[in-house]
Order: sequence, then C-alpha cells, then structure tokens
Amino acid sequence: MTDIAIPEPTTAAEPAPAAKKELTEALLYLDAVTVTFDGFRALNALSFTVDPGEMRAVIGPNGAGKTTMMDVITGKTRPDRGDVFFNGGTTDLTKLDETQIATLGIGRKFQKPTVFENHTVLDNLRLALKGQRRALPNIFHRESAAARERIDEIFETIRLTEHRDRLGGALSHGQKQWLEIGMLLAQDPKLLLVDEPVAGMTDAETAQTAELLREINANGHSVVVVEHDMTFVRDLGVRVMCLHEGSVLAEGTLDQVSANERVIEVYLGR
Amino acid sequence: MSMTRQPALLGTSGLIFLAVLFVAAVLVPVLNLYAAPDSAVHVPTYVVSLLGKYLTYALLALSVDLIWGYVGILSLGQGAFFALGGYAMGMYLMRQIGTRGVYGDPVLPDFMVFLNWKELPWFWYGFDMFPFAALMVLLAPGLLALVFGWFAFRSRVTGVYLSIITQAMTFALLLAFFRNDMGFGGNNGLTDFKDILGFNIQADGTRLTLFVLSALALGLGYILCRFLVRSHFGKVLVAVRDAETRVRFTGYRAENYKLVAFVVSAMLAGIAGALYVPQVGIINPSEFSPANSIEIIVWVAVGGRGTLVGAALGAVLVNYAKTYFTSGMLAPYWLFMLGGLFVAVTLFLPKGIVGTYYDWREKRRQHDDIPDEPLATPRPAE
Repeated sequence: MTDIAIPEPTTAAEPAPAAKKELTEALLYLDAVTVTFDGFRALNALSFTVDPGEMRAVIGPNGAGKTTMMDVITGKTRPDRGDVFFNGGTTDLTKLDETQIATLGIGRKFQKPTVFENHTVLDNLRLALKGQRRALPNIFHRESAAARERIDEIFETIRLTEHRDRLGGALSHGQKQWLEIGMLLAQDPKLLLVDEPVAGMTDAETAQTAELLREINANGHSVVVVEHDMTFVRDLGVRVMCLHEGSVLAEGTLDQVSANERVIEVYLGR
Repeated sequence: MSMTRQPALLGTSGLIFLAVLFVAAVLVPVLNLYAAPDSAVHVPTYVVSLLGKYLTYALLALSVDLIWGYVGILSLGQGAFFALGGYAMGMYLMRQIGTRGVYGDPVLPDFMVFLNWKELPWFWYGFDMFPFAALMVLLAPGLLALVFGWFAFRSRVTGVYLSIITQAMTFALLLAFFRNDMGFGGNNGLTDFKDILGFNIQADGTRLTLFVLSALALGLGYILCRFLVRSHFGKVLVAVRDAETRVRFTGYRAENYKLVAFVVSAMLAGIAGALYVPQVGIINPSEFSPANSIEIIVWVAVGGRGTLVGAALGAVLVNYAKTYFTSGMLAPYWLFMLGGLFVAVTLFLPKGIVGTYYDWREKRRQHDDIPDEPLATPRPAE
C-alpha cells in the first residue's frame, strides 16, 4: 500500500469567523461577484450584504452594474465568479433559476413597469398573490376569502382600489409602477428588489412612492431600491450604496456618500 | 375587451355558438332523412360529410387558438397532431377490413401484402380494438407534444424560432410517413375503409352519426377550452403570452403552463383528425404538409385569434369558400385567394371577424352606459 491518505483540509474551507458571522446574519450576501459580457466587466468583485428588515438605496452612473446586480440576485444572469447567498447563507442563489428564487421570497420590479396588460388590475394582483404556482392544480383553483381580504389590503396600500376593474394596460405610467409594487407585495417576498420605481413620475407621485416603500419596509420586508432621483433617495432616508464600474464605490448615509470625492467625480458631478 | 370582467363560463357569443351547433346537429340529420330528395331543403349525404369535415376543421382551429390566441405559441405544425390522430383512427379502420381487402389477408392490410410483408409490425398491434385505437388518438399526438414541448419550452425557444421548429417537425413526419418501410402505407396512406364499430362506413346512418359526433366533439372542445382559459391556469397562460419574464419572476414555471396547453391542444387536434378520417375516407402523408398547418393559422386569423368562437367560425367560412371556389372555374386561383385573404385580414382586420365585433360591441357599450367616465363602476368580481 503506497497510497497516502491526505486529510481533507476542512479548516481551510471554512470562511474566516468574521465573514461567517456576516454571512449567517445577512438576508442577502454577495461576495466578490464578477460578471463579464464579451470582455466587459459588468460586475467587478462586487461584495455587500443586506440585513433582514433593512432598506437600502443603490445609486450610480449608467453602466455601473445596478441592473446586472439585480439580474444576478434573481437568477437571470449567472456570475462568472463569486458567491450569492440568501437567508443567512443557507441558500446558494447561483444554483437556482428565476422561478425558484421568486418562490424563495425575492421579488423584483423591473425598470420598465411590467404588468399583465390584458388582465384587470385585480387579476394582476390575483396572479401575483402568494399561493399555488403549479399548472395543473391551478386549473381548478378557487379564490379563498383570505386571499380576497389580502388583495383588498394591498389595494388600499397601493391606492388603486377604484381602478381594480380596469385593464393593466390602461393604467397611467405611475399607476403601473404602483401596481407592480403591489404585485410584489402580493408575492409577500422577504426581499424586494425595486429598479427605478419613480422614473417618469410626477413630484407628488414620487413622494407617495417613497412613503409606500417606507411603509412596505416597516412591515418587515427588506428592500433594495435602485434609483437616480436624489430627492427620492433623500425621502427614503436610508443607507445608500454607490456603485461604479461594477463594484461598491462608497457606502453610508446619503450625506456621507454625496460628500465622497470619488462619488462626486464619477456620478454627482461638481 | 371581453376580458375586463370575469365572464360567465359561456358568454353570449359562446351560447349563440353552441345553440347554432345544436340546431345544425339536429336539423341536418332531419333534413337528410325526412325531406324529400328533390325538395330544396333536402341535405344530401355528401353534404352531411362535407359539413362534418368542416366541423372537424373547426375543432382543429380551436386547438390552434388555445395555444396561439392565449399562450402566443404560433404552431406551424398543428397539422401533425391532426394527422397522427387521423392515422390512429385509420389504422383501426384498416384492421376492420379483414378478409375483404383485395388480397384477402385476414390480418395484413393490403399494402403490407403488396410489399411482401409476412407479419404485422408491432406498432400495429392492438389497433383492431377500438378502445385501444381511441386511446392512441389521444396518446400519439399528446406524447409527441409532450416530448417536443418539453424540450422546446425548457430551452426557452419562443416566437419565430418555435414556429420554425414546429414546421420542421411536421415536415420531418411528412417525409417519414411517405416512406413505404415506415409501415403506414407510404404515399397512398390508409384508405378503402369498410366499417367502423360494425357499421358500414358508407351508410347514410353512419355518416349522420359521424356528423353529429363531430358537432358534439366541437361543442365539448369549446366548453373545455373556455373552462381552461377562464381558470387561474388560463390567466397565467395569457400572462405568459404578454409578459413571460414577469411570470417567471412571479414564481410560475412558464414552461409547464405552455406544456400543459400544448399537450391539450395536440390532443384536441388528434380527436379532430380521428373524426375527419372516417368522413373523408382516407388519410395520407399530405396531411402532414406544412401548407396544411399554415392554412389552419389563416382560418384562426380570419375568425379572430384569442376568441375561440372566431377560430371555429373562421375554419368553417374559409373552408366553405375553398369548397366553393375550388369546384368552379376559379379553382387554379384558390391559393392566391387564400394568400390574399390572409394579407387582407392582417392589414384591415387584425383582430379577425369576431375580435373586431367584440371591439365594436365594447365601444358601443362604453358609449351607452358611461359616456363621461371611462372607468366602469366597480362590479362584483365573480
């Protein structure tokens, strides 16, 4: 017997204690995530965590990787390198597809409002409402009283009660944005990823949207908001992270981040 | 739009459609049997079979509308499922011929004797029993759709690419069924049928029964499709059609929904084919030809995609026109007319006959009920 048993280097595979604590306490944990498209680094060793119940704003110039970041978290894009964990490190998101990730409790609002245009506002919420997702059982699905109540609540929250019988496609741009947020709420996700929710909104609508997102966050949902509108980000009053060339440039309160020399240089302008 | 409110299982147009179908199913046999042969209202038997053929086409069109109108799957190979159902029925009818064939072989159909085959290929076993053949009418198209759809939808092949591969599928089957050694009668297909379930297939009574069964199948097929598209399942289908990515991010497996609809649609097409074959007396590989599948799309486009009733109406109208024009001096120009019809409908009537009618009705209703306020007063949900 010439074979020598090499002991598994178990200790080396364990993350450092500090990193491990960060991992197990985070709702969402990204570590050194890199995504390359045809040689272009959309994400460059991006690392950050989102705590349970936290709301976070993400800013950054065009091409900073904000949307790619959301694509990676929701399973639309697979990272070349890096770790993406959910639920205190229990779930590796890089191994799952969009549907599985949505079922786990990550909801996403797209940059361009995407609602089901040929369904009524009510049916849009019915389709999004947390519940049976399999095809065959849904042939015989009946709406429960609890579901009806929950939908009424969401209608109150997103202020679209009087529009419930209109087609999704007939709503104004701002109303579509709210409907989409309402659909996210109906999914009851642990984490909401919201991409530019106030693009194309009036000032009044923008303020109402900030209030809506704060309300959602206060009800225990973690929220990550990507937005360019600085007034809106200020209204949210949460921790801000500035992305640039695929990694985090600065992080902190809005005042701290906007005082950062590099952020002023690449994003805010002088 | 007809979808604004939760519609009843059968809306007004659905009830009218079923009523017309019912009246036809009663009136045609009555006029065939009891009107004097020389009277103006007499329906000769060949017309009964012609109408029966239209009804099977209408069911076929319904099957296309289910996936094209509601899921956005433009299948250019639906004729393959229709033909497979037809072949399953044809194989049963061949086995019923028995010793009455030209060669008098009790087991082997004529074409196998002609090809010097000594025994029945394994895939012809069981087709002497009607229940088995009936099962195959559903299973053969259903399984093909299941396998094909599983690969296509899982790989997220959509739009024009999906249309092209469905077309390739039916073309491949066309070539395969043309071959004599496939064991399905090659170029000539299956024909010379004698009887079905013991009844002479040429007899007036059998023809009438087949016509009534076709009407019944169309009616039940319509109710099934209507039930499906109104259900939560059906709402997901429309959502997949309009915003597939959104559906995935909402937690639904879009590919499974497409697959279920595709398989149901293939089975409906199979039933249509099985009812078609005994009424026209033949099934051959030309039923797999891509042009046939494209014609079905024209029927549905003319009648109105995504309306179900429109698909059936379009199938009957276009095929009536086809019968009318191809039997006169205009016959050589029929394909030009069909192509012209498709172009005209696409340009001037993009929602088809029934879709345009629905739009007009909706506009008038809004105009009558609520002149100033386009938002309808909240209606009860169910």
